[in-house]
Amino acid sequence: MTLSLFLVVGAGGLLGAPSRYLLDRAISRRIESDLPWGTCVINITGSFLLGLLTGLTLADHLSPTGKALLGTGFCGAYTTFSTFTFETIRLLEDGRFLEATGNVALSVAIGLATAAFGLAIGLAL
Amino acid sequence: MASARDDVPPIPFDPDFDFGPAAGFDPLARRRRSRQVQAIIVVALSFGGVLGAVSRFALSLAIPTESGRYPWGTFVINVSGSAVLGFVLIMLIEQFPRGRLARAIIGTGFIGAYTTFSTFTVEALLLIRDGHPDIALAYLAASVAAGLAAVWVGMTSARLVLRAERWLQQEL
Repeated sequence: MTLSLFLVVGAGGLLGAPSRYLLDRAISRRIESDLPWGTCVINITGSFLLGLLTGLTLADHLSPTGKALLGTGFCGAYTTFSTFTFETIRLLEDGRFLEATGNVALSVAIGLATAAFGLAIGLAL
Repeated sequence: MASARDDVPPIPFDPDFDFGPAAGFDPLARRRRSRQVQAIIVVALSFGGVLGAVSRFALSLAIPTESGRYPWGTFVINVSGSAVLGFVLIMLIEQFPRGRLARAIIGTGFIGAYTTFSTFTVEALLLIRDGHPDIALAYLAASVAAGLAAVWVGMTSARLVLRAERWLQQEL
């Protein structure tokens, strides 16, 4: 039981990490800015998706295995906390306090709001 | 500030994709090879992602969180991952400036997938929903504060280790 869950989580991670890399790269190439927009977009969209999956699970529309694959595996690997904190410290080291504060405030506030939106949709479906 | 020496590239703001300049190919050969390089990087970091996700899952089972309680599992994961990323990235960037593969596997793949932002926001949301806004607020604030401190400690200790290494090399 637990072993198969490990395999399922690993499969989600196999897709989540490269999705983050490719999307981050695509966003950062299109936006002429050295601010970490890519990670911000990834963490916000991933929060929405995990909120949605959590709502679906609570409403019994998604099995624990599906939640492990898409939630723990994919969303967990797609979003990242360490890159978010690293980027914020880099901005602080550079004396860009406004950008650093904005990165934290935007990521956390909009991440929470989109997660709530996703949860509401998942529960309503 | 970002780097103590001139021969070391600047520390990027977004370390997940910004691996710095490639070796000096001529433009046409470089474009052709960059696709191969990208393919190798994507495959390599995917396997790092598997290890990261599985490690996170194992740790979350070891430190289970009951509903309505402070999510210590994710807190420990995100703070420890931040410290390791800070340390490893400074080490790799300063010691292997062109080491794109190592950074992709360890930084973007493994540690990127080990830590998680979506679980962090959804756990805080569920705490608010279950009538524990105080625990949610403490969790949000403590995770960000401890995560930032951990990255800084990781980066600073890596820089101290490298400085000590350079000093030792001069002495020997």
